[in-house]
Amino acid sequence: MALAQQIIDVTEARISAFPLQVSGWSATNRESALSRLRDMGLPGRRDEYWKFTRPDSLCDIVPQTAALFTPDEAPVFASVDRLHLVFVDGVFDEVASDDLSLEGLTIERLADVAGKDIHWAKDVYGSLEAAGQEPVKRPLAALNTAFATDGVLIRVTGKVSKPVNITYLHRSEISDAYLHHVIRLEEGSEVTLLENGPAAARFNKVLEVDVADDAVFHHVRTQGRDHERRAATHIFGKLGARSVFKSFTLTANGVLTRNECVLTLTGDDAIAHVAGACVGDGDFHHDDTVFITHDAERCESRQVFKKVLRNGATGVFQGKILVKPGAQKTDGYQISQSLLLDDDSQFLAKPELEIYADDVACSHGSTTGAIDEESLFYLRSRGVPEAPATNLLVLAFLAEAVEEIENPEIADEILGRLEDWLERHKS
Amino acid sequence: MLEIKNLQVKLEDEDKQILKGVDLTIEPGSVHAIMGPNGSGKSTLSYVLSGRDGYEVIGGSVSLNGEDILEMEPEDRAAAGMFLAFQYPVEIPGVGNMTFLRTAVNAQRKARGEEEMSAADFLKLVRAKAKTLKIDAEMLKRPVNVGFSGGEKKRNEILQMAMLEPKMCILDETDSGLDVDAMKLVSDGVNALRDEGRSFLVITHYQRLLDHIKPDIVHIMYNGRIIKSGGPELALEVEHNGYADLLAEVD
Repeated sequence: MALAQQIIDVTEARISAFPLQVSGWSATNRESALSRLRDMGLPGRRDEYWKFTRPDSLCDIVPQTAALFTPDEAPVFASVDRLHLVFVDGVFDEVASDDLSLEGLTIERLADVAGKDIHWAKDVYGSLEAAGQEPVKRPLAALNTAFATDGVLIRVTGKVSKPVNITYLHRSEISDAYLHHVIRLEEGSEVTLLENGPAAARFNKVLEVDVADDAVFHHVRTQGRDHERRAATHIFGKLGARSVFKSFTLTANGVLTRNECVLTLTGDDAIAHVAGACVGDGDFHHDDTVFITHDAERCESRQVFKKVLRNGATGVFQGKILVKPGAQKTDGYQISQSLLLDDDSQFLAKPELEIYADDVACSHGSTTGAIDEESLFYLRSRGVPEAPATNLLVLAFLAEAVEEIENPEIADEILGRLEDWLERHKS
Repeated sequence: MLEIKNLQVKLEDEDKQILKGVDLTIEPGSVHAIMGPNGSGKSTLSYVLSGRDGYEVIGGSVSLNGEDILEMEPEDRAAAGMFLAFQYPVEIPGVGNMTFLRTAVNAQRKARGEEEMSAADFLKLVRAKAKTLKIDAEMLKRPVNVGFSGGEKKRNEILQMAMLEPKMCILDETDSGLDVDAMKLVSDGVNALRDEGRSFLVITHYQRLLDHIKPDIVHIMYNGRIIKSGGPELALEVEHNGYADLLAEVD
């Protein structure tokens, strides 16, 4: 179907606002992304996967300004022994970052090596994103591949002893950041990626992760508490045989956040878990859009998403499990739940299963509810006042998603942060 | 301790009066029992005293140690010394039993202007009290009442009572769903808490609980009123003859 002229105009206007990288190994990858973007056009409200979230402010040429957020808390993951990398409004901060060397991996910056003729990342950069455009198009990711200014390229060859932590800082009210990270885990290797911090007024990020056979990838990130941000993030993952991919996101605040996660299990016995907990208050819109494709036998996938919404906040969940023909013994699970603390908030969910194999176990569930009055009364009858009792129940509700984090130290850090953020959000 | 005068209560959402003038005075250190047929208003009385939503007080008064409690929030009543052991203790997935107990103990201390209990002191105390109720460490770690048997849930109620040290304890059909051994365990737990500064109101269908927790006074409730009060022998009379004779006197 031909694109509407209006979409073409918007897309071309947007494209013309960027300089295109013309030389180096990534040039052809970027050119094909550009051509994908032209074919798809930027998202509009008529697109099925943008029914619940307005894409306009993510597509406009000039981003809306976002007030700077001055954190009054210790930075997340500060106590974790890590390799620390810092991007300020999408620009790498060499002084604040650690030396890019760690046993078991190599890290390079996209901006540093983009001019080279040959690079290992050429096989991955934009190729997982391209594969993830079917059957649902994700034009903002193609836009990113075409124009990303920086990012990290990590090649993991061994079991890495400590996590790589990327911290994003926001210091300009009008910043518009495009980062593209590529991680390739070689056979049997293992790494944990941590991400945190407000990145920019508007943030478009793509993370491509190619997980080879028997490799293990853990990902934990926090988004918050910069309230005026607009963010569109994509994770594209490809999982080899017996590999593990586990990603968890904690989100608070944010007038517009769209987190897409597109995973394909291509090797037998692979495991993919994606989870998220989010706390929304007031002028808040959070969208989790997940697509997991089973294309091998005996794989397991889990999606666990929990949202607590109040004062008119909106939560969106669009989650799909696609089981391809021949992906027998698939074990797919999906749960999305929201807790609405008042009548003004809303949760919009679209859980989907599409199954073309006959010997699989797949389930999905989605619930929306208020705080359980019985539990609340029970707590109050023991002397716990209404506000802390509500917080305790909210925490219990979200904790189920936090439990998806495997590393206990990081899970504790996230739980502590969640408690702190809930305390601040107490009305 | 507790003074209930002509208490009249209707359901909030329905035009249905449940309590039609309850009068009851409980002295410090005494144990009162309320018996009565189903639907007589026993559980409603316990809920209204603890401050549960869904009921509207249309007349009368309730005071705890001279303080009018009907306008107080449930948590304030708890801090003032009121405790209801639930007939059906609520399961709260995700909230650890220990966290729950500690939050409750410290919330009450805070409300009374006392210092919060340290984690170490709390742990020591809760372990000691749990042991006498045969509540093991595993049960303390699990989410509140989740996966607990009927007996474990009731023991957990008594553990909360022991930790919170309330002045006025209401036991709403604590014997329901308990086997003989569990009833003995729960009763021993309650009896250990009896002292001259603490009063109990035991709501039950059966005399057998009163064999273990010996009441000073027994009341019979029927159709929203206390129709007869007496000594422990009144419970025995009910056990032998049922309520029919007593109700006939009233009707």
